[in-house]
Amino acid sequence: MPERKRKWKILLLHMIILPTLFFGVYFFSLAPKSWEGVDEAVVEKIAKEHGREAKAPLIDPGSGDLLLFAFLVAGAVGGFAAGYYWRDLTRKR
Amino acid sequence: MARLLLCTMISLLAATPAFAMHISEGILPFSWAVVWYLAVAPFVALGVKRLNALAREDLSLKPLVGLLAAVVFIISCMPIPVPTAGTCSHPCGTGVAAILVGPLVSVVIAAVALLIQALFLAHGGLSTLGANTFSMGVIGSLVGWLAFRGVRRMGGSLAVSGFIAGLLADWGTYAATSLILASGIRGDAPLLPLFSKVVLAFIPTQLPLGILEGVITAGMVTLLYRKRPDLLVKMRVITEKELPSHA
Repeated sequence: MPERKRKWKILLLHMIILPTLFFGVYFFSLAPKSWEGVDEAVVEKIAKEHGREAKAPLIDPGSGDLLLFAFLVAGAVGGFAAGYYWRDLTRKR
Repeated sequence: MARLLLCTMISLLAATPAFAMHISEGILPFSWAVVWYLAVAPFVALGVKRLNALAREDLSLKPLVGLLAAVVFIISCMPIPVPTAGTCSHPCGTGVAAILVGPLVSVVIAAVALLIQALFLAHGGLSTLGANTFSMGVIGSLVGWLAFRGVRRMGGSLAVSGFIAGLLADWGTYAATSLILASGIRGDAPLLPLFSKVVLAFIPTQLPLGILEGVITAGMVTLLYRKRPDLLVKMRVITEKELPSHA
């Protein structure tokens, strides 16, 4: 059983380390990328090729910095609250 | 309860418009949108029934399910840049939800998370809610749960089982999304080549993200085992015999 466990651990280690190294090489060697989501890069692109286009959402969250500000404030408040309650979440019972 | 509600509210507020894999509003023809709504409806109904049955046994499971819904909501709209592809995508979170509360309740969690994302974050869409819930909720949850139970039965540790469950739940979700998209948009074109094309387009982003989801899932299950093993017993992930010696 310990030998089997060791094999699993080595396999897992490879599955994590190899892609990490692969990303590292790519990250520092390739030109800047668009970083668009796969919904645009894959789903909407292929759908458009087949004559289907995305429609506007029912409730449009809009664009610009106001939404960014709202999320920044929510993130700050949430961060402080989560930090405060962290002890409760991780306390051993 | 108040703290759980606070966590849920914060999670909802902290979300941003995401770069994601959900099928956007209007992409699927109406007939296919209806098909996926019909396909997902029995799973949601069974999930609600299961949730009520669980709550009758122990009411404290409901806030836990609420908290898990917040976790799935955040995880499934958290854009992560993937250097190999130059694009962003996100894990699904339904793998860990299925491990903890079972696949049927996890479908309900996914449906609620996707509904809020579709309504307020322009992430997915109402017409494609059935399709997105089927891929992320039904397929992601079932694959993750089956993988976890299977590996556990073969003697795998919690970490290994969690990793494989997260990995396969993520890849299963994207495979299902590919099939749903290909069948919906193909028109007269053959299904298999289009399905392969979508899968191949997803691979550079989702191959590494699946591994990341595996790591996240294993980490969450292991953390719970170390810090709150009583919760894992309560959710029937482990038996009382498997409790750590200090617990």
